[in-house]
Amino acid sequence: MDLSAISPTLLVASLMVAATPILLAAIGELVVEKSGVLNLGVEGMMIMGAISGFAAAVLTGSPMVGFLCAALGGAALSMIFAILTQYFLSNQVATGLALTLFGLGLSAMLGQSYVGIKPPVSAKLELSLISDIPVMGPILFSHDFTVYAALALVAGVWWFLKYTRGGLILRAVGESHDAAHALGYKVVRVRILAIMFGGACAGLGGAALSLVRVPQWTEGMTAGSGWIALAIVVFASWKPARVLLGAYLFGGVAVLQLNLQAAGVSIPVEYLSMSPYLITIIVLVVMSANRSKSALNAPAALGRVFHASR
Amino acid sequence: MLRLEKRPNPSKIWGYLAPVLAVIATMIGGGVMFALLGKDPFEAIRIIFYDPLFSEFAWYYRPQLLIKGAPLILIAIGLSMGFRAGIWNIGAEGQYIIGAICGAGAALAVYPLESALIFPVMILCGAIGGFAWAMIPAILKTKFGTNEILVSLMLVYVAEQLLASMSLGLMKNPEGFGFPGSRNLQHYASAHNAELWVGSGIHLGVVFALIAVIFGYIMLARHQMGFHIRLMGESPKAARFAGVNPNKLVIYCLGFSGALAGLAGMFEVAGPSGQISIDFNVGYGFTAIIVAFLGRLNPFGIMLAGLLMALTYIGGEIAQSSLGLPSAAIQAFQGMLLFFLLALDMLTNFKIKLANAEVRT
Repeated sequence: MDLSAISPTLLVASLMVAATPILLAAIGELVVEKSGVLNLGVEGMMIMGAISGFAAAVLTGSPMVGFLCAALGGAALSMIFAILTQYFLSNQVATGLALTLFGLGLSAMLGQSYVGIKPPVSAKLELSLISDIPVMGPILFSHDFTVYAALALVAGVWWFLKYTRGGLILRAVGESHDAAHALGYKVVRVRILAIMFGGACAGLGGAALSLVRVPQWTEGMTAGSGWIALAIVVFASWKPARVLLGAYLFGGVAVLQLNLQAAGVSIPVEYLSMSPYLITIIVLVVMSANRSKSALNAPAALGRVFHASR
Repeated sequence: MLRLEKRPNPSKIWGYLAPVLAVIATMIGGGVMFALLGKDPFEAIRIIFYDPLFSEFAWYYRPQLLIKGAPLILIAIGLSMGFRAGIWNIGAEGQYIIGAICGAGAALAVYPLESALIFPVMILCGAIGGFAWAMIPAILKTKFGTNEILVSLMLVYVAEQLLASMSLGLMKNPEGFGFPGSRNLQHYASAHNAELWVGSGIHLGVVFALIAVIFGYIMLARHQMGFHIRLMGESPKAARFAGVNPNKLVIYCLGFSGALAGLAGMFEVAGPSGQISIDFNVGYGFTAIIVAFLGRLNPFGIMLAGLLMALTYIGGEIAQSSLGLPSAAIQAFQGMLLFFLLALDMLTNFKIKLANAEVRT
């Protein structure tokens, strides 16, 4: 065992990469939940994004096209959820589960011929001088563009929800769809747009996994990332900045346990691999224990079916 | 313009028709999917739904129907109780794994002792294992209000890691030439969950599944607990007013489904699968969610749905070898079935009416 081999600088730098897929999926789900819809299909949309992005990147040789197709793939799958829950008024929990089961199956089917292929490398930020600054360089200026894109997206969502009229309408729909409807806002339209945004973000998250983080395609490669993203939204009590904190926390745990595995700690590998899931549970418990604080922030209409009687 | 009008009571006819129509719609949708994969859709659908029952090799596939259907029915009966009350245990896969580990562990601990007591103890350990694993989300939910969906699901991944650790470490067969996986319980007479009649596919798990169906029916139709479960699902406020203790329901529903999932895992590891190995679990815990909904959360409906889903598993395997259909295609096919069912379910709760354009503003 050699713990000194773990460099804190590299640890922070790699946790940012590790957290990006979850961060993207979580910020998308935050917008969906803010509009009052609980989409449990994040895992399914993520893995669809992972395979559609991977396939497109391999076929065209361009990672950018890959990411575009990943967002489209995730959004396309989320449309099934949107139509079922908004027009067919189906139960959101059951539909979300169906989306995950369907997405896992469909992606495994589509991905058969892509196992074991290396995707084209996506561009990294290389600023000869700044990237070489010790400590700050590797942490801030040497990442793949997805890391920065995810950060920009979090800032954008925060700004949209807090300062724009659209954000206000979205939150109104999520707090009380009946009141929003009475004011003349198109509840269903707002929610469908939010669901599609969530799908696109989850798709991007999946592609960040299959094109940057791993980078490879394997069946079921998301391994619960989508569910962890859902947990992070609860952890963040529906606040964008805390989504960032939560995602980096989990990225940190994931990277640390991988580093410990590599350093040969005497804990068996399987028990280290459990740690991200166990910590998710512990965090959920801590968050729900002081119920008064976190529950106040939950969108009041979350998970409720909207049916305008006229 | 079409308009939806809520029915005062859910339609009975559509309650029965929706699952049937969903299956037909899935055959069409699946056919399109298979055609896109470059396979003959009619042949694929025939192979999946017809061949396992009536082809010349049906004598081999029919028992398989019970072997694959039993765990699905056992798990789905347990899940349906919670789903009715709005308690979402979606970690049955994890409870299934832990049940198998505990059941097999009990047998492997006393190997090679032969005794008639071993199998009953294994059954007990399997049920307790699944129950205990389900108690984690149940207690966290009642004590802290933690979301049971996320916790039960996270525990699936923990259970999978535990399974890997068991089959590579503690339970590894000492005479297995270094291969991962435990001793094969099929070769251990006292622990083997053998067929009751050779070639029938009926092992003790099938009997337990049948008992669970009857038990579930009596519970829902005749027992107070069943009434509380239904009441909580239909109107939580009324349930609380009537003095139903929601915490008790959470403990009961999660515990019951966990114990049944644990039993299913134990019967699987002692019988058809035979050993604890890394890839022991094949997703029965997740497919059982589809079974529960397809069966309308009704015990007898679940029995039929479980057999139908077992049929798609077997048909999928045949199509895999004869048509080269990817194994994941059947998983997508099952997911599609749930989509169609959820969509058609609207017709049980709503009437479609032609809206009068002049009245609309």
